[in-house]
Amino acid sequence: MIELRPIFSTLRRHKTTAWLLVLEIALTCAIVCNAVFLIGQRLQRMDLPSGVAEHELVQIQLGRIGKSTEAMAQSQTDLAALRLIPGVKQVAVINQLPFSDGGASNSGIRLSPQQQQDTLEATTYYGEGALSTLGVRLLEGRDFQHGEYADFGTIIADLHNGDLKNLPSTIIVTQALAQRLWPGQEALGQTIYVGKGLPFRVIGVVADLGRPNDLNQGPEYSTVWPIRMTVADGSSYVIRTAPQDRATVLQSAVAKLKQLDPNRVVLVKRTYDDARHEFFANDRAMAGILVGVIAALLTVTALGIVGLASFWVGQRRRTIGVRRALGATRGDILRYFQAENFLLASFGIAFGMVLAYGINLFLMVHYELPRLPGIYFPVGAAVLWVIGQLAVLGPAMRAANVPPVVATRSA
Amino acid sequence: MFGYYLDLAWRSLKRTPILTSLMVLAIGLGIGACITTLTVLHLLSGDPIPGKSAQLFYPQVMPDTRSKTEPEIGFTYTDATNLLREHRADRQAIVVSNNIKVFGPQAGARPMSLSTVATTTDFFPMFDVPFRYGAGWTPTEDGNRARVAVISQELNDKLFGGGNSIGRNIRLDKWDFRIVGVLQHWQPQPRYYDLYGHGAFASGDSVFIPFSTSRDLADLGIEGNALDCWEQLTDQVHLENQPCLWLQYWVELDTPAKVSAYRDYLVSYSEQQKALGRFQFNGKPLTGLHDLMDWLGYLQVVPSDVRLQTWVAFGFLLVCLINTVGLLLAKFLRRSGEIGVRRALGASRRAVFAQMLTEAALVGVAGGMLGLLLALTGLWAVRRSPTDYAALAHLDLRMFLVTFALSIAASLVAGLLPAWRACQIPPALQLKSH
Repeated sequence: MIELRPIFSTLRRHKTTAWLLVLEIALTCAIVCNAVFLIGQRLQRMDLPSGVAEHELVQIQLGRIGKSTEAMAQSQTDLAALRLIPGVKQVAVINQLPFSDGGASNSGIRLSPQQQQDTLEATTYYGEGALSTLGVRLLEGRDFQHGEYADFGTIIADLHNGDLKNLPSTIIVTQALAQRLWPGQEALGQTIYVGKGLPFRVIGVVADLGRPNDLNQGPEYSTVWPIRMTVADGSSYVIRTAPQDRATVLQSAVAKLKQLDPNRVVLVKRTYDDARHEFFANDRAMAGILVGVIAALLTVTALGIVGLASFWVGQRRRTIGVRRALGATRGDILRYFQAENFLLASFGIAFGMVLAYGINLFLMVHYELPRLPGIYFPVGAAVLWVIGQLAVLGPAMRAANVPPVVATRSA
Repeated sequence: MFGYYLDLAWRSLKRTPILTSLMVLAIGLGIGACITTLTVLHLLSGDPIPGKSAQLFYPQVMPDTRSKTEPEIGFTYTDATNLLREHRADRQAIVVSNNIKVFGPQAGARPMSLSTVATTTDFFPMFDVPFRYGAGWTPTEDGNRARVAVISQELNDKLFGGGNSIGRNIRLDKWDFRIVGVLQHWQPQPRYYDLYGHGAFASGDSVFIPFSTSRDLADLGIEGNALDCWEQLTDQVHLENQPCLWLQYWVELDTPAKVSAYRDYLVSYSEQQKALGRFQFNGKPLTGLHDLMDWLGYLQVVPSDVRLQTWVAFGFLLVCLINTVGLLLAKFLRRSGEIGVRRALGASRRAVFAQMLTEAALVGVAGGMLGLLLALTGLWAVRRSPTDYAALAHLDLRMFLVTFALSIAASLVAGLLPAWRACQIPPALQLKSH
């Protein structure tokens, strides 16, 4: 057992330096805990399931071709041509993709026709054959049948004329949305209402299907509608193919579309993997920066400990010599410095925890972050203890090597 | 005397190269991180139109406030055109933009997808837009739905080799427009006049046409990127009567009296619209009137990640500073003997203090140089990042000077405590023990 009293009395004679070290460790501990937490949050976000066959999809978005009446015919011609390209398994015109930049279509959802305010905003996926092309997994119920689909343009015209009898009346929702809207109940057969009480009956529940953006509104609150799109509505051609064929399929599909109409502008041509990568680029960059900061902080703190410990060892050479002459072993000296560091680190960690909690409160208010989970505290403490011990090892060994004969020399 | 202190400091630092480089490294890392993040923050939160921003205002009125606590950003067609017609500000303009298909004058030219702004005549004088050739269109042309266009210098260079293209035609989608003006390079960052549904640091616009013309040719589809409807829309092309917010509206108000009068006007306008049955609200209407800088803050144009990075960088600098204080203290106290001798030979406390601070400042200068290198590296990394403001990240002269000022200030602050402790060392005692 190490005698702590001499350590305390020594530290009391070096109060300023000791406090500085404690303060440095405390700040490092607080910042590192929160930075690791932030990294965890970003990684969690980047890891969200999209629910689609990510490695098999490519997307082509064309510039507006005017909202002409030929848009539907043109889209059908394009689709037929695209299906003939070797390697293409499925093609659909879909209004948006999960976790990807570009527009997003959302709708307020109500649980009863009398409701004045929306229960929540869910994202709305449109496009004939969207689910099977995207490879979304159906958990319950069924996909839409061909006859259930209505043209987007026709729906808008019907709404304009107040003619509601040909509107679609079915909808497919994600499991996450079903659990949010009807907790503990069967979702199939339930009805949701949109706008002025237009009813839609749930006929299917899918496992995962992420939102395009606005992830803070519930990353998996998505709905799928039996609405047929054309590329004139800002939708994209989404092609399913084998992962190794994506580049060639994308190239020949773009060539084919330009051949069908040379005056088209291709706005977006990318694989889904690229789209997702781009969408989370900022999160990835932020996580990278924070990793860099943590590494730099721990290095600076460790070097600071080395510097101060070396100074103390130099200053106490005579004392060490005297102790050695009086019978202290090398091990005793080594353990003395290690214990001293452990003590300082413990003080620092204790303050650091309080500070970490404070910083977390600040972040919760200003950056909408959740509370720091308790697990970060012991892990953060262990990391700093280990770093402290590693940093002090060199100077402590040098101290242990001070020969007893130093005691007999004048300083 | 300062030269002598400098010489002493230099010798002292050379004597302990490892400790010195540790301190320089700590200060340099901290400064490098801070300058990188500060430069980005400074760029993003800068005033895009200095001298004029205090006179530019973004008004807000809300047709439907039953489920809202804050006014929305967009305008309906009806409200934007009502306010424009009533003409209560010194200048006013509707703004909306989209990428549309543009053909050059050559036959068989391939189309380009270019950002096109539909706006009204006051846009150009209100935002101090500089012209190279010609000018903006007239109020009459606004009224006549004239097919006229103003193009950017960059597009003029591309299509007409930089020559005077006034009177020539460009084709937007299926329609020909006569060019009436060519801009000088104009690309304010952030692109403050059109933030609704667009990235704040998007690249510049290529074509400007009258708003009335863009509605006449509704198939052009210039309707912004953020169609926000509070009821089901029933016509996708002709948005004039739809329950949707999609336009932006700017006013110029030159005196504080006009600003407060305009505030009252927005309230009375809302009440008048309620009386007409168009607006629905209980009690007071929701209105807003933000000046430009206030508006940029309201829309959170500076990404919250950038602010977070700045906080992290300053936290890091603080740790680096505490580290330096500790190391300087150790270094100075280790030289108690030397200081004791100097004091005994007649050096005043003040002289010892000054000498110690000189040494700290020297560390600061070296740290500043390292910090500058690191900041340049950091900004290089920012430029290679995928953010929309990446291309803007450059160190200007001001931030260059700030680097050294911050670094020397930081090291002096770090040196204060150690220097004070050093000058407390009594002369005689130290001599005796040796």
